[in-house]
Amino acid sequence: MPLDLATVEQVAELAKLGLTDDEKARFTEQLSAILDYAARLQTLDTSAIPATAMVGGLENVMRPDEARPSLSQADVLANAPRSHAGQFQVPAILD
Amino acid sequence: MDYEIVIGLECHVQLLTQSKMFCGCATDYDGAPPNTRVCPVCLGLPGALPVINRKAVEYTVITGLALHCQIAEFAKFDRKNYHYPDLAKGYQISQYDLPLTRQGWLDVEVEGQTKRVGITRVHLEEDTAKNTHLGETSLVDYNRAGVPLMEIVTEPDLRSPEEARVFASNLRRILRWIGVSTGDMEAGALRVDANISVRPQGQAKFGTKTEIKNMNSFRAVKLALEYEAQRQIDVLEHGGRIVQETRGWVEGEGRTVSQRSKEFAHDYRYFPEPDLPPLVLSSTEVERLRAQLPELPEARAERLMARYGLSQYDAGVLTGSRAVADYYEAAVAAHGNGKAVANWVSGEMFRLLRGATLEIEAVPVSPQALAELLRLVDDGTIGISVAKTVLEEMFATGQRAGEIVRAKGLTQISDQDQLRQVAADIIAANPKAVADYRGGKPTAVKFLVGQVMRATRGQANPTVASEILEQLLNESNGRQPS
Ligand SMILES: [Zn+2]
Repeated sequence: MPLDLATVEQVAELAKLGLTDDEKARFTEQLSAILDYAARLQTLDTSAIPATAMVGGLENVMRPDEARPSLSQADVLANAPRSHAGQFQVPAILD
Repeated sequence: MDYEIVIGLECHVQLLTQSKMFCGCATDYDGAPPNTRVCPVCLGLPGALPVINRKAVEYTVITGLALHCQIAEFAKFDRKNYHYPDLAKGYQISQYDLPLTRQGWLDVEVEGQTKRVGITRVHLEEDTAKNTHLGETSLVDYNRAGVPLMEIVTEPDLRSPEEARVFASNLRRILRWIGVSTGDMEAGALRVDANISVRPQGQAKFGTKTEIKNMNSFRAVKLALEYEAQRQIDVLEHGGRIVQETRGWVEGEGRTVSQRSKEFAHDYRYFPEPDLPPLVLSSTEVERLRAQLPELPEARAERLMARYGLSQYDAGVLTGSRAVADYYEAAVAAHGNGKAVANWVSGEMFRLLRGATLEIEAVPVSPQALAELLRLVDDGTIGISVAKTVLEEMFATGQRAGEIVRAKGLTQISDQDQLRQVAADIIAANPKAVADYRGGKPTAVKFLVGQVMRATRGQANPTVASEILEQLLNESNGRQPS
């Protein structure tokens, strides 16, 4: 199932990746190969196998509703490229 | 052409937990310095793992039960992927195909008609960070990120902005009633978004819908949807077509405007959250939670009507919140007369609460103290109008009714001789009313009773005063008033 260029461009857009034309061509090929492999799995008859969200076998792992100390504001912002007035500062976003 | 309006709501509800949805950070961010309720989990630092808050799950199940939903035996969380700085992780943990509850309903009553509105689902997710815009940059505070957020989605069953408003208001009443949220719309604890479309009357196919956001009050829900419905109708009437988009309600301008910036790819690439094992809800667990559910507002209103003979209106007012209903029933238990207590609570007490902008939780007059006041009325110690003044005093000072009546000498005057003297003076001072009475207007006596009440600063027993007045008027009939 070969991918078309437009689909690759959309995936790149969603993942916020700026790809060159060379890369787009290369990834079109590589992603198509991956999808082809997944398509082979699709041909298996799985009607007798229940849908599986997780394979660990765990369920109902929960914690009691108790507040615990958070990080200090300085620690929270320690890795921020820019901060202002105790907040992360990022390029303008519009609501 | 006549158009039908079709509305469905998406309501986001912050849950009243102590800690966040997937970490131990406190949820008391309101007023806290920015980024002080944040840890590696809600900041999305590599290696940090989320753990589900049990209380948030229980609150969601309880809400589902209150909304007559089916509770899932198996539920899971999923990642909703999108890039926006209000999500540190690059995804929001939400529930996609296996939510905790689905397929319920909530009744709304509009213009005397009851309508059943379908609830598609109630699921659990996490709130996002707060952004502030500062020129060329935006500031991000993650204190709110990760607060448990319940999403309640309705079927497109609402047919008018008024129905949507009443639905939102009923929903808020239930959320507060079962204690899962403050439902405070201004503070963002309840956020109501709407999908709205119009179609020619009789057409089966839905029209193209728009999504309306930023409606921060019940009034705004109604106004925004009225505006948007008319806008869509105008577009169609002028041969245009509706663009599916998100629009924000601008309160100050009274209109909705396109929010194109928010239309980032509607492809969230949901997939199961690998860091959170699924939830399996046993029927024992669900029944344990169902047992915690209090008597719900509609059921309680029905019971109040049946038990105390209240009107539907009074029962509705007295079940406006659980605290009001509890107060009312405690006062009835102490006094005995359900109707009298209903009148005093929904009348005078509500008036005083409104005047002081207090909720009933903070009322300075206990249900027992109100019952004492009403007993003083019952046994004739004070009349209704004095009782109102005494209640004001009780409200202002917290004193008991008996103390106030004694201290101020407010005991009702039922003494015949004392009232006869006052009545005679009033008759002498009001020849016109007397002439009216004698000229065949028996209602003129009411005016005279009012004058007696005034002269005694409300302390006269109005029934006794009326009797004495009529007696005097008839005695002196044909003679000059003394
Ligand atoms: Zn945290």
